[in-house]
Amino acid sequence: MTTLLIAEHDHASLKDVTNKALTAAAQLGAPVDVLVAGENAGGAAEAAAKLKGVAKVLLADSPAYAHDLAEPLAALIRSLAPGYDAFVAPATSRFKNVMPRVAALLDVMQVSEIIKVVAPDTFERPIYAGNAIQTVKSRDAKKVITVRTSTFAATGDGGSAPVEAVAAAADPGLSSFVGEAVAKNNRPELSSARIIVSGGRGMRSRANFTKYLEPLADKLGAGVGASRAAVDAGYAPNDWQVGQTGKVVAPDLYIAIGISGAIQHLAGMKDSKVIVAINKDGDAPIFQVADYGLVADLYQAVPELTEELGKLGR
Amino acid sequence: MKILVPVKRVVDFNVQIRVKGDGSGVDLARVKMSMNPFDEIAIEEAVRLQEAGKATEVVLVSIGPAEAAETIRTGLSMGADRGILIRSEAPVEPLAVAKLLRAVVEEEGPGLIILGKQAIDDDSNQTGQMLAALLGWAQATFASKLEVDGAYFKVTREVDGGLQTVRLKGPAIVTTDLRLNEPRYATLPNIMKAKKKPIVERAADLYGVDLAPRLEVLRTTEPPGRKAGVKVKDVAELVSKLRNEAGVI
Repeated sequence: MTTLLIAEHDHASLKDVTNKALTAAAQLGAPVDVLVAGENAGGAAEAAAKLKGVAKVLLADSPAYAHDLAEPLAALIRSLAPGYDAFVAPATSRFKNVMPRVAALLDVMQVSEIIKVVAPDTFERPIYAGNAIQTVKSRDAKKVITVRTSTFAATGDGGSAPVEAVAAAADPGLSSFVGEAVAKNNRPELSSARIIVSGGRGMRSRANFTKYLEPLADKLGAGVGASRAAVDAGYAPNDWQVGQTGKVVAPDLYIAIGISGAIQHLAGMKDSKVIVAINKDGDAPIFQVADYGLVADLYQAVPELTEELGKLGR
Repeated sequence: MKILVPVKRVVDFNVQIRVKGDGSGVDLARVKMSMNPFDEIAIEEAVRLQEAGKATEVVLVSIGPAEAAETIRTGLSMGADRGILIRSEAPVEPLAVAKLLRAVVEEEGPGLIILGKQAIDDDSNQTGQMLAALLGWAQATFASKLEVDGAYFKVTREVDGGLQTVRLKGPAIVTTDLRLNEPRYATLPNIMKAKKKPIVERAADLYGVDLAPRLEVLRTTEPPGRKAGVKVKDVAELVSKLRNEAGVI
């Protein structure tokens, strides 16, 4: 019985979600190997080898894995399948793309976005935009699992696993990479930020995000998020979207500004430790989940809040 | 080129669902049902490709109870040509759905299959990827832009951190993200016309696919509720609470 954790990384280094998914993978009770598939990904493999409890790191270094294409990556994981009973990956866009393909190649059902390991074959996962929690028991011999990392603590360093090179699998040659547009952002990534400041339709323009919300985020060292309404209106780029169809986050502090609190948005943030809502509509549903609510015009309250924080030396 | 669009009947996205007290599931009796929103986007894209002369026919397929015919009819009124209903009273998991769809693909021979990226009831986000694997086709999930380029498809995908563009060799599978398009409303004349469009109905067990669930649902519960919060009177009080009571800043 061995578990294979597939690492999320940017080739040079590991991403925080990998450390969190490792915690879930270890709870299956079997030794955990980590697969790093990428191009010039030795740095990420070294980082994985240092994580506590990792038995072995497999490094598949090939241009075929440079751009997150599903077909070659699924073929690689499948080629490693005989040695493993469970395949675990963080539920990032990369692995939401590839893991169901792996599951079908193995003729098993994937268990999507688990929030708890009840037993090695039994898991909790949210359904209906987080409005119900389902406990499912997998009858499949091999398990394919994606992990909602916001509910697992990160595993720290303390290991020294060997790194082994593994051969690339044959590339089916079905797709090719054309290009990418990466949003420029010096702030913490949403999925690992300790504080998130998020804006909704009430922000009314992209310029207001820049003028009101971003200075507050910078003061707090926070990531910036947005509701779907704000993204659809063009006030914020789509990779800022928090919700059922965007990112699911669980920071220590989530500040929702000008966000009404639709079901789909709450699905993405209601596991935050402390939620603050600033909204001029005192009846907005966001106040039902907020620990601290301020009924106020955001154009006055947000600059005031930024200033108050400045006085505290932030 | 024929385009196949699988569609699912789900609880309407505006409904606040209720978990049954005995843990046996979500109460779906007398709840408003609609087409999964991502599937509407898939139909819209297929119909636009047909209007642009890039597709010859748009075929819808749904797997579910008799009422799923209404979902197909909704899609026909948006401009799709005909429908296939695969009858199953019991819920069917994504893997079995993908296997049933593979059988339909073998009969219909589409050049492109467009699916929603996920259904808003089970939130699995699996079926498109699984179907691509079973067929050995290329896949582009979470599409925000789709262009037909001869025998290839150029697709821009929404990924963590931004956008990625890939080129797929056809036939291929694309799953839709929210920003791919704005689905049209069916007009009254089109709703009338859709009533005459054909829907073929077949029993799911005719396909020889094992429909037994691989995931046994042990129970369904309400998520833990949050403690009621407080309203603060001003920014100073908010900052003080965050600092001294919650200890988060």
